[in-house]
Amino acid sequence: MSPAETLLAALAVPIAGAGLIAAAHRVPNLREGITLATAVTLFALVASLLPQVAAGDRPAITLFEVMPGIALRLVVEPLGMLFAVIASGLWIVNSLYSIGYMRGNKEAHQTRFYVCFAGALAAAIGVAFAGNLFTLFLFYEALSLITYPLVTHHGTPEAMRAGRVYLGILIGTSIALFLVAIIWTWQLTGTMEFRPGGILGGDIPNATVGLLLALYVFGIGKAAVMPVHRWLPAAMVAPTPVSALLHAVAVVKAGVFSVLKIVVYVFGVDAIAGLTSVDWLPFMAGFTIIAASIVALRADNLKRRLAYSTVSQLSYVVLAAALLTPLSIIGAALHIATHALGKITLFFAAGAIYTAAHKTEVSQLDGIGWRMPWTMGAFAVGALSLIGVPPAAGFVSKWFIISGAIDAGHMTAVAVLVASTLLNAAYFLPIVYRAFFVAPPDDGHHAHGEAPLAMVVALVLTAAGTVALFFLIDWPLALARQLASG
Amino acid sequence: MISQHYPVLHVVLPLIAAPVMVLARHGGIAWLLATAVSWSSLAVSVALFAQVADGSVVSYAIGNWAPPWGIEYRIDSVNAFLLVLVSLIASVVAIYSRESVAAEVPREQHYLFYTMYVLCLAGLLGIAATGDGFNLFVFLEISSLSSYVLIALGRDRRALMASYQYLIMGTIGATFIVIGVGLLFLMTGTLNLADMAARLPGVTETRPVLAALAFLTVGICLKLALFPLHLWLPNAYAYAPSAVTAFLAATATKVSVYVLLRFYYTVFGESVVFAALPMGGILLALSLAAMFIASTIAIFQDDVKRLFAYSSVAQIGYITLGISFDSATGLTAAIVHLFNHALTKGALFMLLGGVALHLGRIRFRDIGGLARVMPLTSFGVVLAGLSLIGVPGTVGFVSKWYLVLAALEAGAGWLAALIVLSSLLAVVYVWRFVEVAYFREPSEAVSRLKEAPPSMLAASWVMVVGCVYFGLDASTTVGGAAQAAATLLGIGR
Repeated sequence: MSPAETLLAALAVPIAGAGLIAAAHRVPNLREGITLATAVTLFALVASLLPQVAAGDRPAITLFEVMPGIALRLVVEPLGMLFAVIASGLWIVNSLYSIGYMRGNKEAHQTRFYVCFAGALAAAIGVAFAGNLFTLFLFYEALSLITYPLVTHHGTPEAMRAGRVYLGILIGTSIALFLVAIIWTWQLTGTMEFRPGGILGGDIPNATVGLLLALYVFGIGKAAVMPVHRWLPAAMVAPTPVSALLHAVAVVKAGVFSVLKIVVYVFGVDAIAGLTSVDWLPFMAGFTIIAASIVALRADNLKRRLAYSTVSQLSYVVLAAALLTPLSIIGAALHIATHALGKITLFFAAGAIYTAAHKTEVSQLDGIGWRMPWTMGAFAVGALSLIGVPPAAGFVSKWFIISGAIDAGHMTAVAVLVASTLLNAAYFLPIVYRAFFVAPPDDGHHAHGEAPLAMVVALVLTAAGTVALFFLIDWPLALARQLASG
Repeated sequence: MISQHYPVLHVVLPLIAAPVMVLARHGGIAWLLATAVSWSSLAVSVALFAQVADGSVVSYAIGNWAPPWGIEYRIDSVNAFLLVLVSLIASVVAIYSRESVAAEVPREQHYLFYTMYVLCLAGLLGIAATGDGFNLFVFLEISSLSSYVLIALGRDRRALMASYQYLIMGTIGATFIVIGVGLLFLMTGTLNLADMAARLPGVTETRPVLAALAFLTVGICLKLALFPLHLWLPNAYAYAPSAVTAFLAATATKVSVYVLLRFYYTVFGESVVFAALPMGGILLALSLAAMFIASTIAIFQDDVKRLFAYSSVAQIGYITLGISFDSATGLTAAIVHLFNHALTKGALFMLLGGVALHLGRIRFRDIGGLARVMPLTSFGVVLAGLSLIGVPGTVGFVSKWYLVLAALEAGAGWLAALIVLSSLLAVVYVWRFVEVAYFREPSEAVSRLKEAPPSMLAASWVMVVGCVYFGLDASTTVGGAAQAAATLLGIGR
């Protein structure tokens, strides 16, 4: 297959997979088999593009013209490559985990679940490979809509309310702000392409650039910069595999990925460095990092704590992008990958605890580490990665972001990153401590062991991946360097 | 060659078919004729559209009486676009109407229904095709009178009242229009619109001409249901037979918008309407009021057809907003939204007609859990609803794109913000349907429902697919609209 065909296939495979999954709704084993096969095929297709992109090629395909001058176009550039590899690779593991979780909890509507999941991956791949702003927006909106049935999976009034918040914020911000920003960009520049060095450079007034940046950052609600973050905790009513892959990886990373991509390829790092109108962004991101961490610190519900931790960690990427130095851009790109692995491990663990022990609150986890050693061990690895302790991958991205902040001479950003590291430790380590060093309550609760094997295998894999990525950081680093150097 | 007669053919065919139907007095034959007439006028319209796509004009002198003395039919890229739209919708609705009418209209009235249907079609196509001011009024009356009858055929008794309401308002509108045309005739001595346009510049500043503009504006805006002249619309749409609602919602107001454009740009010229007079500002204010007030009213409706009727009033606001910019992009947005909104609302009302088949009135409390028993219908409504919101990949997005672009080009960033904010109101009412249809447990009455007959479902889904297809491949529609806008602005100069 030519690179362009591979690209098209990467988009088509999950869509076709969704169709097959729906067709196989009567035979659960076949249905889940198709999910796994689709995930593996998708990953193979995406990974096969990696060598060419690493070598500097930019496979591209223009599908058709939508409106005069505006085409549906896919282009693979380094950042999209990184995002696509992470999302499709983790989908394999997540599918394994989903099988254990959905069956272990006897969830209803499993076919709809797997169909929407495949659809969400197709949309995420579309976001990753979007060759212009229109294509990005199209798949961005598709991703919001296709994940709605996943968030409201249980169909309870609570899920419905959460669904309103979810779609209300994501669709609301994207139409009211993101779309306006795109049309404005088109009106100012006459192009929608992502170009190294940006398209907005030149004679656009300072204030306009600042306003546009605000429209993009808050319009991309998936990046969850405060105050448009509320959808993410709301989305936690979904089954845990959804929280794990979509609301720790695919959806939220689509958000920060879009922000980073727009800063690099639409604004242009060099073009807006030094403009006074963009100075506010590091502070807004810094505020989100700290404020979300404090909320996480006070949350007793485990998934809620993880959600606010995600809000905080997403703003690492936004902050790094906003620092506008080569090192911080590298850090931003790497953080998309490292946080994905760490956070999916944590969510996997939370789901495993729920499935095996039906526990959802942090305060219930005393001594659970001895009953579920693999799960809590993996949890500890994920937590260390998010705190930034080597040899977990989170250390590397944090290293680059802090270096970038020092490079930029932005001492507030450095202080935020240091403070946030302490806060991360403060809300993660007590969980690990409780699990292993506090005696379990003697409430006669029925004994339980680990969660179903599929789930344990999945979370051990991602935990191992978190450590492995630390040693294999070269390939994402090479991609990130390409991004930073244009 | 028959092709020379194309400009008049789609008016002549239905006008011949109508009396034949009355004589045959047979519902089945009438339906067959109505369908044949609709599809042949579609074929004719597409041929004409292709002929004038390059910006040329086809002039046809009726009875060989040369214009400006005889009645001229004049097809340019503006009305060719509209002819395609109207005949396309008519063709799809004709297929749809067989089962829908069979269920909603008493059997002995079927042939009358289809007679009125083709007369209405003749009227709408005639308005679009004619280049003569008085002829335009005649066709306006033909389409109006037949649509009063069509609405009154609704099985709910309130349909009579709605029809009567529309009759009163519509007659006032038509009277205003004929007064306006009369005043223009008085000042220019001609009824031929092109001729009128050539003679007007000498007398533009006179009071009768300005009065004519005022009468025409109010009269046409009554027919196109511009806020606050929309009061006839919600009831008419809510109580008419489903096929009628779908047909009228997708065509009647759109044709009226065309009449407005024709008078503003071709007859008066943009310099009179927008430069010498504050029509742009007035249209802008009323459009914004329509977008926000009608959408807000829509949110609180319990009757689903009424909800989407109010949504139509809001969407007409988008069209007139595009006109108010008086720019190429604004006009493109307005014209492309004519087409896009017709598809969207056509799809919605046709799908709802499938629900109404068994349920009669469609109220939110009666359709809880609808998606369980009518999954295709419900999903179609969701897709068309996404188009109303303006999600990318649907036609609604294309319209909004050009509308926001026009606002930004005009340097009115605040207006761009208002446009997108108002479309968020659509999220609220579309999501009311989603939550009711998908999250509630079906009641006993609902669980007895089943999908509409295949012909209705297929026709509805043709429109739904159209909403997505022309949202992804908008080159034809945007190209046609841009050409029409250029023609309007070119003539106006």
